[in-house]
Amino acid sequence: MARSVTTRHKTIATIAAWIVALLIFFPILYTIITSFKSEQEAIQGFSIIPSGTFESYSEVQAQNGYFKFFFNSVLLSVGSTILALLVAIPAAWSMAFSPTKRTKDILMWMLSTKMMPAVAVLFPIYLIFRDTGLLDSRIGLMVMLMLINLPIVVWMLYTYFREIPGEILEAARMDGASLWNEIIYVLTPMAVPGIASTMLLNIILAWNEAFWTIRLTTTEAAPLTAFISSFSSPQGLFWAKLSAASTLAIAPILIMGWFSQKQLVRGLTFGAVK
Amino acid sequence: MKLRTLTLGLLSASALAFAAHAESITIATVNNGDMVRMQKLTDDFTKANPDIQLNWVTLEENVLRERVTTDIATKGGQYDVMTIGTYEVPIWAKQNWLLPLDKLGDDYDVKDIIPAIAGGLSVDGKLYAAPFYGESSFVMYRKDLMDKAGLKMPDAPTWDFIKQAADKMTDRANGVNGVCLRGKAGWGENMAFLTAMSNSFGARWFDENWKPQFDQPEWKNTLQFYVDLMKADGPEGASSNGFNENLALFQQGKCGMWIDATVAASFVSDPKASQVADKVGYALAPDNGLGKRGNWLWAWSLAIPAGTQKADAAEKFVSWATSKHYAELVASKEGWANVPPGTRSSLYANAEYQKAAPFAKMTLDSINAADPTHPTVKPVPYVGVQFVAIPEFQGLGTTVGQLFSAALAGQSSVDDALKQAQDAATATMTEGGYMK
Repeated sequence: MARSVTTRHKTIATIAAWIVALLIFFPILYTIITSFKSEQEAIQGFSIIPSGTFESYSEVQAQNGYFKFFFNSVLLSVGSTILALLVAIPAAWSMAFSPTKRTKDILMWMLSTKMMPAVAVLFPIYLIFRDTGLLDSRIGLMVMLMLINLPIVVWMLYTYFREIPGEILEAARMDGASLWNEIIYVLTPMAVPGIASTMLLNIILAWNEAFWTIRLTTTEAAPLTAFISSFSSPQGLFWAKLSAASTLAIAPILIMGWFSQKQLVRGLTFGAVK
Repeated sequence: MKLRTLTLGLLSASALAFAAHAESITIATVNNGDMVRMQKLTDDFTKANPDIQLNWVTLEENVLRERVTTDIATKGGQYDVMTIGTYEVPIWAKQNWLLPLDKLGDDYDVKDIIPAIAGGLSVDGKLYAAPFYGESSFVMYRKDLMDKAGLKMPDAPTWDFIKQAADKMTDRANGVNGVCLRGKAGWGENMAFLTAMSNSFGARWFDENWKPQFDQPEWKNTLQFYVDLMKADGPEGASSNGFNENLALFQQGKCGMWIDATVAASFVSDPKASQVADKVGYALAPDNGLGKRGNWLWAWSLAIPAGTQKADAAEKFVSWATSKHYAELVASKEGWANVPPGTRSSLYANAEYQKAAPFAKMTLDSINAADPTHPTVKPVPYVGVQFVAIPEFQGLGTTVGQLFSAALAGQSSVDDALKQAQDAATATMTEGGYMK
């Protein structure tokens, strides 16, 4: 009896999970479906069966050239993630293993920078970029993306590092490991799942970041967010083309997320249940 | 072998030297059919000007507006040519943010630009932006439904006639709405329509002393008429409908009439996109017999920011893109119907264009019927037909747009919406130092 109740609960939970997942995924799915419609089909109301035309994809590619934007997106998201990890690993290490009275306050302060609306600092940042010649440069944007995601990266790594027993690091020190060796050879390998999931999440956040990537670029450093934006039109119906552009922009990160979902889920729930 | 290496070396060296010499200009633009077409046709420009390379940045209208404003206000120098609207030109020109266009070339023929359009892009008699395409608004209607209703659309209808026709054409059982109008909140969305409409009702945003006028009977008449008309004959969920949504409805045969931008004529009469392409008629925007019609005036134009280092190359490009030669180029490659409308008088005198674009005459008449310097029945201290050319208008216009959209959705009454609009406008104008 108890077993059948458990089985029924599991079935209900599974169905509910699928329904929720489908609801969340549906807008993306419908975007993909619309991208295979003609413009006329796209405006003719709800339909989940497209005619299967690739017309929008070829027009999108011909109009704006996908690969330049794609290359910039890869470079910016991966580059900013590496930069963020280089800064965040030592920071999280010191906070996790040598905490002071103010560590929690510093962590909170770091996180509080995420609570400020980005537009509030648009002008100062724009002026700094202008004066340092970083407008429309990949390196400038990489630093910017690193900075805006840094609080989350530090927080995540801090949480993972706290799970690692300090005794192991002490043992390494007893064996004569230097600080550098301790971080590289002892801490980092033990925190690989956490670092991997932080990295993946940071890549996704950087890939999808649209406020700064659109406002600080023009032609050279513009990533896929700028590519999508260029297909939005106030006059004229280009829904199929816009959907094709969106699909092309989200496809790489969606595929990456799909293949790394185990790592992502493991990392995100790391330390959640004690 | 040696000879080939030498030749290749020489060619590479000359290519490098050429690349080093070439000047590249960055052009910020919006995504619409005419602009996309221009990007495809730029070979014609680069062939004639091999020393100028063109880089394009295409952005959504609001993002473009914000980006170019940031860039121009901080003298960021990111763009050499900007696509801006009639709203920005007078404000930016007065701030010395734009360069006057006085070197457009001998064969450019500035006088050929339609006077109403040129007036909106000039300050103190100097042209600060060259129009790429211009538009007004007019009535697009279904001739078959009008016949069925036993009515004949006059060339210059009144609002009463529009109401009468909308009532007769509405056939909810068959999904036909008598009239489709903008309801989506935004200074360039519902407020473009409502401000132009209010001009024909004798209303104005501000009096000569910048005092807001939403507490006056003219605004009450405008908004009440609009809300009643849309409730009786408009589509469901009209408060979310902007240009694109109404275009889709009209193309699917769900609107008897649609009052909107004249550029929409080429979309609704395109048999590839519209189910009612052969049944569309055109008329001037309605009036109330007060001397002003409810039509607007807008032009997407090319301007050169004062911060550019490449003014000469930029002006060469602006001259090419807005020239008569460009119109002929488009006509030769894609037909006369695809030539950017609303900028040059010569286009409307062209018999081939008139033949290809049956809406040509009505478009020109609509443009000529708008006067951005005297937009209202009573005197006003501002220029602009469907907007007020002051920096505060974007924010204020959108706030008022949200209030009016809520009235249309039935979330507030017309009186409440007007009262709140009056309060918001008074606060903005006091804060801005306009009202003493």
